[in-house]
Amino acid sequence: MWRGCRRLWWARSQPARLPRTPPADAGSGPVGSCGRRAYAPPTERKRFYQNVSISQGEGGFEINLDHRKLKTPQAKLFTVPSEALAIAVATEWDSQKDTIKFYTMHLTTLCNTALDNPTQRNKTQLIRAAVKFLETDTVCYRVEEPPALAELQKNEWDPVITWAEKRYNVTIGSSTSILGPNIPASTKETFVSHLASYNMWALQGIEFVITQLKSLILSMSLIDRHITVEKAVLLSRLEEEYQIRRWGNVEWAHDYDLCELRARTAAGTLFVHLCSESSSVKHKLLQD
Amino acid sequence: MAAPGAPLRTLRALLRELRRAAGRSYRDSPAYRHVLAAFRAHRVTSEKLCRAQQELHFQAATYLCLLRSVREHEALHREYHGRGERSPQEIAGLVGFRLPQQPGGKG
Repeated sequence: MWRGCRRLWWARSQPARLPRTPPADAGSGPVGSCGRRAYAPPTERKRFYQNVSISQGEGGFEINLDHRKLKTPQAKLFTVPSEALAIAVATEWDSQKDTIKFYTMHLTTLCNTALDNPTQRNKTQLIRAAVKFLETDTVCYRVEEPPALAELQKNEWDPVITWAEKRYNVTIGSSTSILGPNIPASTKETFVSHLASYNMWALQGIEFVITQLKSLILSMSLIDRHITVEKAVLLSRLEEEYQIRRWGNVEWAHDYDLCELRARTAAGTLFVHLCSESSSVKHKLLQD
Repeated sequence: MAAPGAPLRTLRALLRELRRAAGRSYRDSPAYRHVLAAFRAHRVTSEKLCRAQQELHFQAATYLCLLRSVREHEALHREYHGRGERSPQEIAGLVGFRLPQQPGGKG
């Protein structure tokens, strides 16, 4: 099955494809005389281009890998509306050495998702999926014991909830029951109408950040620049951090997950900001 | 509270990350030039509390976090998760066996 997939993939000669996290570097590890196994998933591609550059086309900015234009996994031309985003994607491609590691190229993945829309959701469905997270929001679910953790949750998560309630003029609250907090419909309406003000690309990014942080409130405070990415990730992983402080840190699991979460959240936030901003330079006359 | 710390520290760290990512010709890379131009453009302002400057600083800090965590994640992956499968010879060697040599090939 994988050989067939690989042949199909090579036949289309896609420079980019939907990155899947490969479970292991089967190509670079000790392989021996048998070579690559037949059932090993397609691993990283070798870097086949020297230069990465940006050009401006009709729909926006495009990426050129050695005179070849970058395309999405569904063979559409890769165009982004913002120049800064194009530069960031080009830097991602340029920073690949020897092999292309798709699982590190988060901005490219997000742009591919926004362009292809593989789940084929429209704006309302995206917003509904995002607001649905509010019912199971991480910062609203509290524990009762151990008391140290309950205290930590109260001290760290309550300010964020208060900020969100004040900023959006809603009631959220928190709860220790298994059913979760009772979110009034007016709160959900407010968030729905707030999210509707973002364009489709930014919404894909917002939904991605919410899925990573498992919290709508933390994502909104991140998008509104109330907290930094590191702080948002820390708040999202509060219980894990508490257990790490209690029982110790395991580098190959905890740090690995932490770096991956930070990378994805930072990519999502940057994506949202770059897709929803428009900058203009106004020169003021120097006064003598 | 936008990203804490001085913008200068963020800028220096960001340029260092870009240099690590780019390699030889980092100064000509579009990212390097764009970041420097953006910081220069937002430096001159008559307002005490410049929102655009804070937004730029937040964006720069986010991008710095992205580059740094991608690099650390890749390093951790390489060290702990990147070794791949063992060959049949190695697996046999784990329990002290050796694979048979069949000079005529498999029958």
